[in-house]
Order: sequence, then structure tokens, then C-alpha cells
Amino acid sequence: MGQNILEIVDLVKKYDGETILNGLNLQIRKGEVVVVLGPSGCGKSTLLRCMNALESIQGGQILLEGMRVEKNAKNITLIRQKIGMVFQSYELFPHKTILENITLAPLHVQKRSQSQVQEEACTLLKRVGLSGKENAYPRQLSGGQKQRVAIVRALCMHPEIMLFDEVTAALDPEMVREVLDVILELANEGMTMVIVTHEMQFARAVADRVVFLEGGRIVEESDPETFFTHPSSDRAKAFLQTFEFHKERQNHAEKQST
Amino acid sequence: MQDLGISILFRGSNFIRLLGGLWVTVRISLLAAGLSVPLGILFGLFLNIRNPVTKVIGRIYLDFIRIMPQLVLLFIVFFGATRAFGWNLSNELSAVLVFTLWGTAEMGDLVRGALISIPKQQYESAQALGFDTLQTYRFIIIPQTLRRLIPLTINLVTRMIKTTSLVVLIGIVEMMKVGQQIIDANRFEYPTAALWIYGVIFLLYFFTCWPISRFAKWLERKWN
Repeated sequence: MGQNILEIVDLVKKYDGETILNGLNLQIRKGEVVVVLGPSGCGKSTLLRCMNALESIQGGQILLEGMRVEKNAKNITLIRQKIGMVFQSYELFPHKTILENITLAPLHVQKRSQSQVQEEACTLLKRVGLSGKENAYPRQLSGGQKQRVAIVRALCMHPEIMLFDEVTAALDPEMVREVLDVILELANEGMTMVIVTHEMQFARAVADRVVFLEGGRIVEESDPETFFTHPSSDRAKAFLQTFEFHKERQNHAEKQST
Repeated sequence: MQDLGISILFRGSNFIRLLGGLWVTVRISLLAAGLSVPLGILFGLFLNIRNPVTKVIGRIYLDFIRIMPQLVLLFIVFFGATRAFGWNLSNELSAVLVFTLWGTAEMGDLVRGALISIPKQQYESAQALGFDTLQTYRFIIIPQTLRRLIPLTINLVTRMIKTTSLVVLIGIVEMMKVGQQIIDANRFEYPTAALWIYGVIFLLYFFTCWPISRFAKWLERKWN
């Protein structure tokens, strides 16, 4: 893994007088997969949105390859092209076909040639198992298919880093897998990624590093095996326990029979 | 001559006169609609400005026009304003003015609604792909807004065509008035004239508005 590609220094984000992120520091190296975990409302999604300057920030700074990521920066559209983002609710453009959804930004933002972009889009669609859907409209696709298109759309911009904001949270359980497989494959190819997710098994499999957020700060940061087997902070322990279920009823019944 | 009442249509130039009346109706509505649509789009954008002062101004205009029956507006402009300010407005010009004022308000509200119905995430996903504000509107927001707007706009135009029948009350001889004249002039010769003439007027209105509604339906189906 190479040098830092993204650096977050003392990040403060306030919203309506409430502090969401409170002096957060995080470095992400090239090729690294960082999974951000934490209870709901801890600021995970806000952190991702700040990384793409979708939110204004009230303190600190975010640097992508040394350039400031800031909402009002002059070169922000250029910086955003280097950051791919996939949202929870896909956010495809409903009036465009799948192919147009993918090629719109490469053609009009990056001004690349149509034939080259279309070819790349078709190759990527094939890779995620969606060949033949080029001329369909988003409404004709299932949630899992839409999310894979959204990933392809971001990839086609050749980003340096990809941000995934709870991309399976809106999906039916049987569609989660097909989306996570695509992300796993990207990880294996060495794509730099920051992933916010509630899929703990997936987080454990895909992460190089797990970052646990609470109260707008990083409470714990470690490799996935350590985090999931021996979390050091009480908060992380409590958080992980919420994903475990025990057969309390059965135990109860056994106790009564003895 | 006591034959079928329908023959009244073919006496003299009756049918041509009715068509002439229809042309007056269509002319007023098309002029007013042609002005209302661009003005309404501007007014809709104005309504979307996040500023308390422009909000109040827009609201007052919208509510004033909405609350006032179109007939009252017509009378205010044609009988009131022309006297009070010494304007020399023909009745047809007054009608176009009133229907434009009304159409602008209605159209503005449609544009406002269509714009706010585009979810915020559409703007964000465009931004995340590196589109600047202008490109976001050009490629993402405006095309989606238009798709929502065109059926509504066409509906507004057909409402406008129907409502122009009010202009007879400020002395404009449009289709309804021509019909009344024909019926009055032939009261004794054709006692059933009213049925036939108004029936034909009904059909003429229908065949003016129906294709427009069909077109709106077709667009809606094409885009959904």
C-alpha cells in the first residue's frame, strides 16, 4: 500500500448548531479499503459526504492528493471527478437509459470521446453481469441491478477513490450479495475505498482497516480481525453485541424444566 | 320551412361564422398561453428564490389571481382600469392581458411545484459526478422538470381555451356569442336551433381541446 491519498485533519462539521463531527482525523492510503462503522447518528454518512464536499465543513480540512476538498473551492468539480460516490438510494437519472446514465458525465464533464466511453461502459456493465441492459431505463431494473449500475457509473469516471454510503441498506436481502460481490472484486483489484455499511460479515471480509465512529469522533481503529474479535473500547463492544442474538427463550425453557 | 333543425347550420354563412367565432376564442387563448408559458417559467423561478421578500411578493400575486374569479378580473381591467388610468384597451387586448396575468400565476405555480418535486439527491449525484451547477440544470434537472411540466402545461392551455367563453361578457364576439346571434335571429323559423347550435359549439370545443389532451397523454406515456 502506497502513500496517503486522502487526509482528514481536525474535521469539524456542525449542523443547525449541533456538532456532528468533532475534530476527526483520518488518513487513507492508496489501495486501502477502510470500513467505517458506528451506531446510527454517529456521523458516518456525514463524514463520507464531507469527503466529497457535498457538505460544507466548519473546521479542519480534507486533502485529496494535497488539494483541498471544499464546497466552494474553484476546482471542486475537478476534485469530485477523482472521487466516485455511490449512494444508498442509487440516484440514477430516471430520464436517461442505463448507458446514458453511465456515459453522461464522462462525455460532458470529462469531454471524452463517445465511442471510447461507450465501449468502456459496455465492458463494465458486462463485468457486473448487466450486459444487454444498456438501453433499459432505471425503473425497469431491480434495486440490486440499479446499485450495480450506480457503481459502474462512478467507475467510468476513473476515480482515484470510491465512497460507498450504505449502498445495500435499501436493498432486499437477496440482492445484497450481488452488490457486495462487485465491491469485493473492486477491493481485490486494488481500488481505494471508504465504505460505510451495516453488513458486518462483509465489513470483516473486505476491510483492510476498520474505523469505529461515535459522537463525531473515531473511538477505535484497527484491523478487522482485531476489531471483530477483541474490540478494545467498551463502545465498540456494545455496538458489536447488538448484532448478536442468543437463544434466550430456549434457555429459559430448559431452566424451567429442571 | 319546418325540416330538420340541423339545416340551420348550412343557411347563409352560419357555419363559417361559428368557425370565425372559434378563431377568436383560439386566438385569445393562444396569445395568452404563448405569453403565459415563458412568463410563468420566469415567475416559477422567482417563486423558488429563497428570500422572504420575493416569497411574500410571489405569494400575494399568486393568491390574488387565484382568489379572484376570472370574470371579476376581466371587469376590473376592461371597465375599471381603462377608466381609472385612461388606458385605451380594446376588449380583446384586455382579455389577453387578463388571461396572461392568470396564466402566468398558474404556470408559475406549476413550475415551482415541478422544480421542488425533483429530489435533492438528484442534484447531489450529479455534483458527485463532477457536474457544475449549470451542467446539473442542463442535463439532469431541466429535462426532468420539463417531463413533469408539459402535460400540466397542456392541461392549463385547454382550461384557458374553455375559460375564454367568459369574454363574451366584455363584448367580444367569440363562438358562444355567434351561436347566440344565430339562435336569436332564427328563433321562429328554427325553434330547435339552440340544441343544434350549442351541440355544434360543444363539438367544436371538444375537437379543439381533445387533440391537445391526447397529445399530453401521449407525452406522459412516452416519458413514464
